[in-house]
Amino acid sequence: MSRPAALRLLLVVGAVALLEIASRLAWIDPISFIPPSRMAEGAWTILASGRYLDDIVLTLATAGAAVLLSISAGFAGGIALFRFPRLRRVLDPLLLSWYAVPVFIFYPMLIVLLGLNRWPLVAIGFLFAVAAMAVNTLNGLERVPQVLLKTARTLRLGRIDEIRLIILPASLPFVFTGIKLSVVYSFLAVIAGEFILSGAGFGYQIAYAYNNFDNETMYGLMLLLLTFVGLVNLALHAAEQHLYQRRVPRDG
Amino acid sequence: MKPADQGRAVGEGHVVLDEVTRVYPARGRQSAVAALGPVSLRLRRGEFFSVVGPSGCGKSTLLDLVAGLSLPTEGSVHFEGRRISGEVPDGVAVVFQEDACFPWMTVFQNAAFGARHAGLPRTEIRERVDYALSFMGLAGFTDAYPSQLSGGMRQRVCIARAMVMRPRLMLLDEPFGALDQQTRLLMGEETLKLWRDTGSTVMLITHSIDEAVLLSDRIGVMSTRPGRFIEIVETGWGRERDSRTAMDPRFGALQSRIWGLLREESIKALGIA
Repeated sequence: MSRPAALRLLLVVGAVALLEIASRLAWIDPISFIPPSRMAEGAWTILASGRYLDDIVLTLATAGAAVLLSISAGFAGGIALFRFPRLRRVLDPLLLSWYAVPVFIFYPMLIVLLGLNRWPLVAIGFLFAVAAMAVNTLNGLERVPQVLLKTARTLRLGRIDEIRLIILPASLPFVFTGIKLSVVYSFLAVIAGEFILSGAGFGYQIAYAYNNFDNETMYGLMLLLLTFVGLVNLALHAAEQHLYQRRVPRDG
Repeated sequence: MKPADQGRAVGEGHVVLDEVTRVYPARGRQSAVAALGPVSLRLRRGEFFSVVGPSGCGKSTLLDLVAGLSLPTEGSVHFEGRRISGEVPDGVAVVFQEDACFPWMTVFQNAAFGARHAGLPRTEIRERVDYALSFMGLAGFTDAYPSQLSGGMRQRVCIARAMVMRPRLMLLDEPFGALDQQTRLLMGEETLKLWRDTGSTVMLITHSIDEAVLLSDRIGVMSTRPGRFIEIVETGWGRERDSRTAMDPRFGALQSRIWGLLREESIKALGIA
């Protein structure tokens, strides 16, 4: 393990240990802030009992749908923006101010439009993530070096082969950033949406436990969620490394 | 292609430019720019021809026209007797100044890309690529990725990729412009070796007078924009030559002659005096 990695691990372990001690010695209120070991216990109980399995699956499915939709629509949108500069001139300011809009306020409207089910949450996740995907796709396409396109022409590639063999691989790092952001934003929006607006799911159960002073369950769920998001992030990171190891010399 | 097949339509000459101009049309508030010409030129089969000229004189525009990457506004370009019409003809390879390696492919895959796309048989590709890479001194780097190579090596990968296609016309657009002086000289020698080895016609765009004099059979000296040839200088070197030509007394004479032609044009291009 490299030195920075070791220090990082030490930092995390230290912080957790400090919380454990602080809670056990009642430096902080042990009732509202239970020690991490009991959080882990709570998480384990939840997993073992399978009590929240339905909620977890529901959240994953909702966020997964938002991810798939936002990635495909964002990718297509990015290509369209690249291909039609006029469309882009029209939409550019809107895209730039996209994240200034708190999409959650549209929830009532989305319920009217889509019904009282999971689709409004999917829509919120989608809306939250799609712009990041589109902007990153556009960015990637724009940054394909002109000389690579010229080279493709001198090697007599047709339009389809040019896209397939040159443009896509060349813009992949940016597209992948878009994918990563879409995953993160979709989960964020869906869980936050559940937290405040829904009657089921991971986020809802956290809020429910919170309202009922069920700290063990609340922290347990939070820990599970953090672990899950951490794992997703690791998986994306590994995929990215796999893509990049060929482009960038790995140091260390 | 047998000598008998070539140049029926347009007389002798491997590449023939006839009264070629290129005007970039007006765009928005920018008025139209006459970038090149009229230019007429005849490249002999197998010769090493260099183009020098002041910055912005349309050298690269000229190369793009010969490559078929863009179309002339007026006039025509013929390669092996066939008119070039907006598509890069078979038998032409281009090496650019910018790094044109595909970063997601290994050196081998980069060098093989054109041949693979052309649908050559696997064994043939392997043979050609191995030869080109060892010719370019890259034999030990077949599985490396471009990011692991120096700028000069990456440029050699691009030349190897061109070489694998066995082009009859090689167009080099300031391929050594981004390299340091020593690397540049050695790359010049490599290019001469390659030119002798393949027998292909070479057209080199360069802003280095030394490089042009050292490498070429003939040198086209261009005027400021819109670029025209103000003179075409014969060097008279033998086919067997390397960078030691620089020690030849004629080298200095040719150098100063070309600089004499270029000096005024360069001053005009800079807008001083």
